[in-house]
Amino acid sequence: MPNPISLSITESAASLQITQQAEPVFRAIVEAGDYFARVIEKGQRVRIVDLEGNQAVDTLFYNAHDTADRYSAQDTIREQQNIYLTTGTKLLSTNGNALLTIVDDTCGRHDTLGGACAQESNQVRYAIEKKPMHACRQSFMMGAFQWAESTGIEFSKHDITANINFFMNVPVTPDGGLAFEDGVSEAGKYVELRAEIDVLMLISNCPQLNNPCNAYNPTPAEIVVWSK
Amino acid sequence: MVESSVLCSEVLPGGATWSHVLKRGTALRIIDLEGGANVAAYFLNFELPAERFNLPDTLKAQHTARLTKGHVLYSDMGRILCSITDDSVGWHDPLAGLSNAALVEKKYGKLTYQQARNDWHQNARDGMTIELGKYGMGPRDLHATVNFFSKVAVDEAGDMHFASGNSPAGSYVELRAEMNTLMILNTCPHPLDPEPKYAPKPVELSISRVPPPRTDDPCRTQCRENARGFLLTEFYFL
Repeated sequence: MPNPISLSITESAASLQITQQAEPVFRAIVEAGDYFARVIEKGQRVRIVDLEGNQAVDTLFYNAHDTADRYSAQDTIREQQNIYLTTGTKLLSTNGNALLTIVDDTCGRHDTLGGACAQESNQVRYAIEKKPMHACRQSFMMGAFQWAESTGIEFSKHDITANINFFMNVPVTPDGGLAFEDGVSEAGKYVELRAEIDVLMLISNCPQLNNPCNAYNPTPAEIVVWSK
Repeated sequence: MVESSVLCSEVLPGGATWSHVLKRGTALRIIDLEGGANVAAYFLNFELPAERFNLPDTLKAQHTARLTKGHVLYSDMGRILCSITDDSVGWHDPLAGLSNAALVEKKYGKLTYQQARNDWHQNARDGMTIELGKYGMGPRDLHATVNFFSKVAVDEAGDMHFASGNSPAGSYVELRAEMNTLMILNTCPHPLDPEPKYAPKPVELSISRVPPPRTDDPCRTQCRENARGFLLTEFYFL
């Protein structure tokens, strides 16, 4: 007859081993300036890794079965009454659904007020002649158009809304100021999310060359997905 | 205050939605008649509605998380929809977004049209979505919004705090159209207002003809970003 205490230890060691050895169902590098789209199924966990540090990973989420039901920055921060996203944050949709929950975060703070760069906003922020430079909205729109073409669903500019900037530090001051500060991230830091429903994840790995927040050097990010 | 001549004015009751194409060369003054009003607002380029208010671009271009006189409202195309040319309040909320049906029911209880006729409990998201529908658009066209007359401060930890009493009776804000701007307003209570009773407040809306922004216009000279925003907007009309 087995000793109940040793049985208990064995079980816990086994379950620890399973967690450590779990093979991802998907793994990819998103190069700086590229876009990435994939459905994360309900219960799956997706980890986004800042491979070289202080890279902005601009990300949008949609209900995979109804893209009109999409990530809402304002609803998300209002319902948690805090403007920063970190472990425990539920990412809410426009229809009030929890799309994903942040379950692990070695960075500690992510922005959802600063939005994505665009050729047009770069003209305002930096100089009129910056128009031709690559920008997140170019990537988001190409990702949206390709997703629409491959799935047959209508998906276009009006679906590109205020996004999350994983690994970006955009503090708000008590007197209502807003700054893009040096990142709080560094090489190898990651954020991990659990999908609460089937979600479409659309990423633009930011190509911004005008902002010191990434040391003027956009770098790759890694996406890792584990099954339920 | 911009020199102006009033063309028309009306009172919008609490809990209601309003829309108008505010023409370039005119300004809308919103007056909080009783104090404690909240006016949720959304803006689109009437001629090209795919171009609409972009909250992140508005905040990061002007390095602000509150809106007041001297700030402008940017579209996603680097152009200015409206400028805030006058403001007695000093802080309008761009963070907390719209109330919705679930939030209003949870906070105030359900009160239907059948029970209360036009005093029923309404919410800003439904009101704005219906109004967008009147212009051939729908829920997907509704992006982030602002809340005039309300203040939500953010502390060092990022926690959001609704500030009661931000707007006394008679407070006003004035928006000058820099392009023909489809403006949608809703007067439901702010989603973080702790007042336990559903008591949306009325506002007065008046439209005036105003001169075009000069080279020394305070919104234009607010920051170098805004100087470029005005330039890009003027280029659109060439």
